[in-house]
Amino acid sequence: MKSTRRSFLKGVSAGIVCLTLGQLGFDLGDAHAYAGKLKIEGAKEVISVCPFCSVCCQIIAYVRDGRLVATEGDPDFPVNEGALCAKGAALFTMYTSRHRLEKPLYRAPFSNHWVEKDWEWTLNEIARRVKDARDQDMILKNAKGQTVNRLESIFAMGTSHASNEECAVIHQAMRGLGVVHMDHQARV
Amino acid sequence: MTNHWIDIKNSDAVLIIGSNAAEHHPVAFKWIMQAKDNGATLMHVDPKFSRTSARCDFHVPLRSGTDIPFLGGMLNYILENELYFKDYVANYTNAAFVVGKDYDFKDGLFSGYDPATRKYDKSKWAMETGPDGGPVIDPTLQNERCVINLMRRHYSRYTLTNVSDVTGISEENLLKVYEIFCATGKPDKAGTILYALGWTQHTVGVQNIRTSALIQLLLGNIGVAGGGINALRGEPNVQGSTDHALLYHILPGYNAMPSAPWQTLAQYRKANTPATTLKNSVNWWSNRPKYVVSLLKGWFGDEATQENDFCYELLPKIEPGEDYSYMYVMDKMYHGKIRGGFIFGVNPMNSFSNTNKMRAALDKLDWLVCSELHNSETTDNWKRPGVDPKTKKTEVFLLPSAHRIEKEGTISNSGRWLQWFDQAVQPAGEARNFADIYVPLFNTIRALYKAEGGAFPEPILKMHWTDKFVADEWVRRINGFFWADSKVGGKTYKRGQLVPTFGALKDDGSTSSLNWIYTGSYTEEEGNKSKRRNSSQTPMQAAIGLYPNWSWCWPVNRRILYNRASVDLNGKPFNPKKAVIAWENGKWAGDVPDGPWPPMADRENGKLPFIMMKDGHGNFYGPGPADGPFPEHYEPAETPLARHPFSSQISSPVYKYHTSDMDQIAAPADPRYPYVLTTYSLTEHWCGGGETRNVPNLLETEPQLYVEMSHQLAGEKGITNGDGVIVESPRGRVEAIAMVTVRIRPFTIMGKTVHLVGMPFAYGWTTPKCGDSTNRLTVGAYDPNTTIPESKACCVNLYKADKLTEIG
Repeated sequence: MKSTRRSFLKGVSAGIVCLTLGQLGFDLGDAHAYAGKLKIEGAKEVISVCPFCSVCCQIIAYVRDGRLVATEGDPDFPVNEGALCAKGAALFTMYTSRHRLEKPLYRAPFSNHWVEKDWEWTLNEIARRVKDARDQDMILKNAKGQTVNRLESIFAMGTSHASNEECAVIHQAMRGLGVVHMDHQARV
Repeated sequence: MTNHWIDIKNSDAVLIIGSNAAEHHPVAFKWIMQAKDNGATLMHVDPKFSRTSARCDFHVPLRSGTDIPFLGGMLNYILENELYFKDYVANYTNAAFVVGKDYDFKDGLFSGYDPATRKYDKSKWAMETGPDGGPVIDPTLQNERCVINLMRRHYSRYTLTNVSDVTGISEENLLKVYEIFCATGKPDKAGTILYALGWTQHTVGVQNIRTSALIQLLLGNIGVAGGGINALRGEPNVQGSTDHALLYHILPGYNAMPSAPWQTLAQYRKANTPATTLKNSVNWWSNRPKYVVSLLKGWFGDEATQENDFCYELLPKIEPGEDYSYMYVMDKMYHGKIRGGFIFGVNPMNSFSNTNKMRAALDKLDWLVCSELHNSETTDNWKRPGVDPKTKKTEVFLLPSAHRIEKEGTISNSGRWLQWFDQAVQPAGEARNFADIYVPLFNTIRALYKAEGGAFPEPILKMHWTDKFVADEWVRRINGFFWADSKVGGKTYKRGQLVPTFGALKDDGSTSSLNWIYTGSYTEEEGNKSKRRNSSQTPMQAAIGLYPNWSWCWPVNRRILYNRASVDLNGKPFNPKKAVIAWENGKWAGDVPDGPWPPMADRENGKLPFIMMKDGHGNFYGPGPADGPFPEHYEPAETPLARHPFSSQISSPVYKYHTSDMDQIAAPADPRYPYVLTTYSLTEHWCGGGETRNVPNLLETEPQLYVEMSHQLAGEKGITNGDGVIVESPRGRVEAIAMVTVRIRPFTIMGKTVHLVGMPFAYGWTTPKCGDSTNRLTVGAYDPNTTIPESKACCVNLYKADKLTEIG
């Protein structure tokens, strides 16, 4: 079997270097204590993909007790071979950003602030608006009398952030509603 | 990409044009550097010297918006010096096809132009047809209307003098690039062209890319290792979101959107299923009905039957010629014709051209639903600087979305690899993935229709939908199922089992697939192939860095598209050292070939390589694009020139634009806006910066908006490095910090000095004091094929600011 960089590094960390240094008479007490506190110790490795450009570098997310503790490039993935750019390397900080939205928010007409809402209320309100617009504006026939079954007063934009499965869900839902104004970043 | 990231290392000449790969695809750049280590020459053609230029053998600055003259000059150089790969051109391209007598080209206009509608009658560009309705081919190339002869005549005008005058590139530098790149016209050499989204952001965007296709076909660089036309795609899953068609004009898998004249499925099939008269042309799109019926079956399940046209009638139909793209949505919105909508994971109020109009348009909505990781210039448009929220009527629902490591599923990288990602952690707070928003929302709407009735409820009620989103189930739906017990190659599949390959999809309702190009990615036999982590290769595959067992790639795990063009008529690789496929002992070895057929020397069963083209040949002459069968130079909609040497047609005669009070376009050579502006991204920020500005360490590295300019321009304007500057276009005014640099130098264009300035577009007002959208300057002029705005070239003025309010 071909030795990969990763299997080599695993071999190294298994003690070859430490043994050599130990034999040379270094006191390894501090180093062992540090290694014992490595932030990824006991963490589960989860394979993810960097969410920025389409190189789609693979990432290993280290998770302990349901919390993300570190991220790094996947050294086995043949495209990035463990490397990440500045953005990919900052993925962990992105997760911990205090600017994240965590609850549905609502801004009423002419209001100057957001109000927190629950998901059920929010989805019910949106569904009502979609249905009202659709019931009023659905175009069944065009000027020539051809059947067109389309809805022009609602649009959907985005997104290339979505997974393939999410894209499939979005496309199917929108065509089901009759939406024709659909677009995303491929055309920006 | 026709090829893939790792394959770039196989190249002998790398032409990076319309891309700053080292800064925007940094990790991929290692494969470009490997090509260099292997002896390739790297060339960077771009308005600005960047880290890409620094890593290349040399940098050639060109004025933004002049890619077609630059490449047109290369076409002329190839054709005049007969540097093209003659066997490849003769056997695999439409060089010998005869063009119809109505085709003509005079002073910048092709035949069939109607100035009233700004459109061409493309029937004037049709090919000559024989008695059987098929193409007339003259292998002797004697007919003066042979494609290659018309092409030679067309590009003979692209002389070194003309090209140098317009692009600002010295004749010496032009020849340097032409000589090195055209050396790849030899059978055992390969050159690659790398570009990015910015190349499409011109009123001639599609033709920029077609010009590169003409070059690559002439040099025999398509289908080979180290060759191809490679769009370095920028967005995280823009390959997948395009494949699944979050776009108005297509259905998933590159099938046309139903249009009003196609009232029945039979009419749709007739209009969209090409036929060929050439026996050795595969004409793959003749299979289209199988893919469209399988899509309908996937959407409507058991409701879709032969008798009801598989529910085709329930789909919306667009009007022919109508544009429903986002620029048109925004214009309709500005005119109060849209009630509400969904903006998920995109920030148009920062990243769409002519942003001031976009922001004013959004105010006209009754309601808006956004789903984001962070507040953005779009979600908070109602309280943007200078407006009173109490005057803005739009209701906004802002839904917190989950980010990548908080969800599972697949994405498709730029090289078409399908990569699975696992969920690492739970979404932050109450955040949800997009499907966990749309699925319950659609079910709520469905429940309302069941309870209350309403307009045209059928498609909503009849959809084959789900109660709860599970990613794995949708990977399977995309792959597709059998809906009746079926036999494929002697093997029996039960209803509900997965379809093994798209060759097994049918147009009789016995199969479903939400996207035929992904069929084969998840099978009964091998499971979910996007999860494969197996780096095994044959020696032949290892020689070119092909990993056929790692993940999966569409179509049918073919890693290099059009690979049948990498071999001669006997199936022998043009470059045996870097063979992609080879015909050995009666079968193909290497990559998955473009179909199982034997090489073309087998006159009975051999097939032409360009299987997606009706007649199997690579097209130099294409009657498809809206702006002409050959790419032609037109200045950007806003240009510092009053004339150019190619014709008296200054700008594209067919580019699209709007005419509202907020759609101003400066006249050619308008003295009020003398400088060319181009825009770009940054390594540390992603696109409009909506995410990365909320990551403190990234914001600290690139904290504020700047404008790069030459020492000469700065001197003329009395600006020094670090000064506050106001940049103005007819559409807006933007504050930025001056970055006076040698990276941008003045151009000499048609004998006069033209200055170009560059600005990143990553900043917006929701991040305090970092500056606001650069796109308030960019122009609302669009490519006539794609309606992509010309955000890479417009005209501006600039001066030193007395005081700054947007930047702190």
